[in-house]
Amino acid sequence: MLRCPGCPRAPGLRAMIPFIVRRLVITVFLLLVVSMITFAIFFLVPRLAGQNSYQLAVQYVGRNPTPAAVHAIERKLGFDQPLVVQYGRFVRGIVLGAHYDAGPDKTYCPPPCFGYSFRNQQPVWPMMLSDLPVTASLAFGAAVLWLVFGTAIGVLSALRRGTVFDRAAMGIALAGVSLPIFFTGLVALELFSFKWPIFPNVQYVGLTQNPLLWARNLILPWTTLAFLYAALYARLTRAGMLETMGEDYIRTARAKGLAERKVIVKHGLRAALTPIVTIFGMDLGLLLGGAVLTEFTFSMHGLGLFTVLAIQNNDLPEILGVVMLAAFFVVIANLIVDILYAVVDPRVRY
Amino acid sequence: MARAKRDGAGGAALAGDPSPVVNSAPPDGLLDVRDLRVHFPTDDGLVKAVDGVSFRLDRGRTLGIVGESGSGKSVTSLAILGLHHGTSARITGEIWLDGRELVSADPARVRQLRGNKMAMIFQDPLSSLHPYYSVGNQIIEAYRIHNDVSRQAARAHAVELLDRVGIPQAATRVDDYPHQFSGGMRQRAMIAMALSCDPELLIADEPTTALDVTVQAQILDLISDLQAEFGSAVIIITHDLGVVAELADDVLVMYGGKVVEYGTAEDVFDSPQHPYTWGLLGSMLRLDRERAERLIPIKGTPPSLINVPSGCAFHPRCPYAELNGGRSTDEVPELRAAAPGHLVACHLPLSERRRIWTAEIKPSLDGSGQAREAKEAP
Repeated sequence: MLRCPGCPRAPGLRAMIPFIVRRLVITVFLLLVVSMITFAIFFLVPRLAGQNSYQLAVQYVGRNPTPAAVHAIERKLGFDQPLVVQYGRFVRGIVLGAHYDAGPDKTYCPPPCFGYSFRNQQPVWPMMLSDLPVTASLAFGAAVLWLVFGTAIGVLSALRRGTVFDRAAMGIALAGVSLPIFFTGLVALELFSFKWPIFPNVQYVGLTQNPLLWARNLILPWTTLAFLYAALYARLTRAGMLETMGEDYIRTARAKGLAERKVIVKHGLRAALTPIVTIFGMDLGLLLGGAVLTEFTFSMHGLGLFTVLAIQNNDLPEILGVVMLAAFFVVIANLIVDILYAVVDPRVRY
Repeated sequence: MARAKRDGAGGAALAGDPSPVVNSAPPDGLLDVRDLRVHFPTDDGLVKAVDGVSFRLDRGRTLGIVGESGSGKSVTSLAILGLHHGTSARITGEIWLDGRELVSADPARVRQLRGNKMAMIFQDPLSSLHPYYSVGNQIIEAYRIHNDVSRQAARAHAVELLDRVGIPQAATRVDDYPHQFSGGMRQRAMIAMALSCDPELLIADEPTTALDVTVQAQILDLISDLQAEFGSAVIIITHDLGVVAELADDVLVMYGGKVVEYGTAEDVFDSPQHPYTWGLLGSMLRLDRERAERLIPIKGTPPSLINVPSGCAFHPRCPYAELNGGRSTDEVPELRAAAPGHLVACHLPLSERRRIWTAEIKPSLDGSGQAREAKEAP
């Protein structure tokens, strides 16, 4: 896309710098607001609901704690202090790290400190960091698959509207959109892992450990996840392409004597893909926060499973951390989408 | 006697050969359209968007095609460019462009002529320009499709063209995007794009409809200047008789996919012979009228192209249809010469039409005509 003739060249892109700077400033502001809201949900709302700091602290310690232990935690997490101070400590922790000190018990949580899980006796961030590659591998691999196949099928369907190909593709797409991952995933596992063990013993293996095994074990989860999204994208692309190919500027391109293939790719697809870029960024950002169903189905310990376990264990620091991280991904994805959008569509550049 | 002769001609028409212009030899003019029919099969029936249209056009001449929405003007022009290819359209007849027949030609060959030997300007320049590409790039693309030149050369050509069509600071504005242009400038850019390959035939489909009134005249002037300069043949498609009066040498009036009147601009404006043309003239806004008269609308609505009214398609709206004792409802009128080179499709006897025009229609239009003559006299 960057090399195509007619795409915006240097002067246009240079004009985008103020736009990008503005978006960056807004993004930082947005992240701050997200942190405030998240913080408020976990600390302000319980207080408004009438919980005192002791009751709040109870949720942070193990089962059947002694009152003394609860008080220690209460002091250690600073629940006895005003909310503004607590929020300040929370943000400070993300940037500088935090010390959790209560009497003789000293705990250091290095930056970025998203909290300290007392149930697991370790800071939240390293735990999330070790689960992130699983989710990222899943999300990015599947994203490539669904983007390529979804849009390709959508374009072909649009160009061959009403043919057998179109009807078949849209029928399968409807199935893809309707079938939940825990169904398609389990069917895929049953067929290709147990009945015909092409992919036996599916589990996550690090990319750096064994790239081949990494890819082989991820093929089933990738396809399962991509099937759902590809179906969605095929339908979106088809609709967008049908609309675009009816535009006046397509008629102009044909009136110039341009070859039909170029009319479709250069004039039709370019315009039809713009909304796809937007949705793609959002979907990818959301997935990076945890592909819950896929991870669960294929027992891969990524951020999604991390979240499920954190909720089951009522581990507030973990939930807070993963919410912040997921929000971060969505905000960043939005930023990238905005910039991409400006690259693609000159009308939003200024 | 005269009546019997016309009946004979009508009978021959029903047996085929609907237009007197049709002949089989390749033409010597630039464009010769013969019995063009464009039909679209739909679920509701066959839409006869264009049904037996014939006309010819020489280099340096301008033809105005006039008619309401749905009369088949645009469909005709798209058929000439071969832009119905890939749709459900069924096209028959002949389109001769400079000695080559296009209807039966290989679409790839027609594509090579498109934008090159024949080009088109569309109605709405904002939606007709691609929003994601700069104006310059779109002109460069059009030029390089048919000319094997470097990007730099094509760019220089684009700047030159933009300058020629009156874009100020063309050298910098060539990199602007369509949304940064005003409506008039966009249409100028469209014209520059259409002219990029120096076409011999330029079709302008309602080129001023989407523009400000103040800009319309400028664009029309530009088109006629460029025509004089490039010597191309121009087809102006419009529902605005004022535009036609200003630019056209010949006028083709279409109704319900058929030609109802065809002649020189003088013929059609000074002695129009078809009741539909009278209606168009009556509903035309004219600034030269002395009194602020009412415009006289044509009663009724344009005909359905699926269930075209029997006989003359205009008869349900025609105030003179009864004068024929039912012929208008039963028999499709033939295009016949009312004067040499002036063809009209109407069942009214020629003498009757002349009488109605001079006695009824002209005076009703002519608070203005008399006033103009009075002014010109001293």
